[in-house]
Amino acid sequence: MAKNSIKIRAKKKGDVVTVKALIKHPMETGLRKNKKTGKVIPAHFIQSIMCESNGKSVLDAQWGASVSKNPYLSFKFGGANKGDSFKLTWSDNTGKSESNEVKIK
Amino acid sequence: MLNRRDFLKNSMGAGAVAVAATCGILTPVSVFAAWNKAAFDAKTMDVSGASASDKIKIKAPDIAENGAVVPVTVSTDIAGAKSVSIYTEKNGTPLTAVFNFPEGTHAYASTRIKMGKTSNIVAVVDAGGKHYKAHKEVKVTIGGCGG
Repeated sequence: MAKNSIKIRAKKKGDVVTVKALIKHPMETGLRKNKKTGKVIPAHFIQSIMCESNGKSVLDAQWGASVSKNPYLSFKFGGANKGDSFKLTWSDNTGKSESNEVKIK
Repeated sequence: MLNRRDFLKNSMGAGAVAVAATCGILTPVSVFAAWNKAAFDAKTMDVSGASASDKIKIKAPDIAENGAVVPVTVSTDIAGAKSVSIYTEKNGTPLTAVFNFPEGTHAYASTRIKMGKTSNIVAVVDAGGKHYKAHKEVKVTIGGCGG
C-alpha cells in the first residue's frame, strides 16, 4: 500500500544516476477554505524527504507547503551501480510517513 | 513482549522511525532531521548574508501559465555546495524548499512550486559555510495558492 504514493525512476547514465520521482500528496497549505462549508482545509503537506542508496544517504530535503500538490522531485548522484537499491521516504506534518524502494536501472 | 509493544506505542510520536519499524519496512539508515518550523513559518525572506553569484542557475518559466505548478530547477557549480534553499519571495511564507546534498550528490534539484503571484524565485547556496544567491523573476497570471 505504501508504495503507491511514490513513483520512482532511477536511471544510471555514465557515472550519474538521475532520479525522477512523483509523489501523490495533497500538499495543502492550510490557507484554502472548503467552498461548501466555509471551513479552512487544514495544512497537510510533506515536510521531509530522505533518499538513500545502498544504505547511504543521497539526499535530504525539507519542504514547506508551497511545494505543489502531487510533488515532483528530480536530482542526481554518483557512486552507485545498476542494480543497486534506491529508496525514497517522505514524512508529513501529520506524522505520516511512506517510502518506496526501486533498483537503479 | 508487552514492554516492547508499549515502548513502540509510546514512540509513535517519534514519527518515521517508529512507523517504519512497526510496519516491517527495513529500518531506515538515517533519521529525519527535525523540520525547521521557524524558517518555514517566517513571513519575510532574509538573504542579506548571501552574496550574489553568477554560478547558480535557476531554470523556471518567464511566465507561469499556472501558479499552482511552476517547475523550478536549481543547479550550481560552486565548489563544496552542500545545500540549496529555494525562496518564493512574494509568497506568505517565502521559504519553499531546502535540499541538502551529501558527498557524491550533485548540487542540482528540480521540483514544482506554488506561487501566489508574480515574484522572484531566489536560490541560496551554502558552500563551506558561505552563502551565495541568485534570483529569477517568474510572472504569474493565475495565482497558485487557491482561495
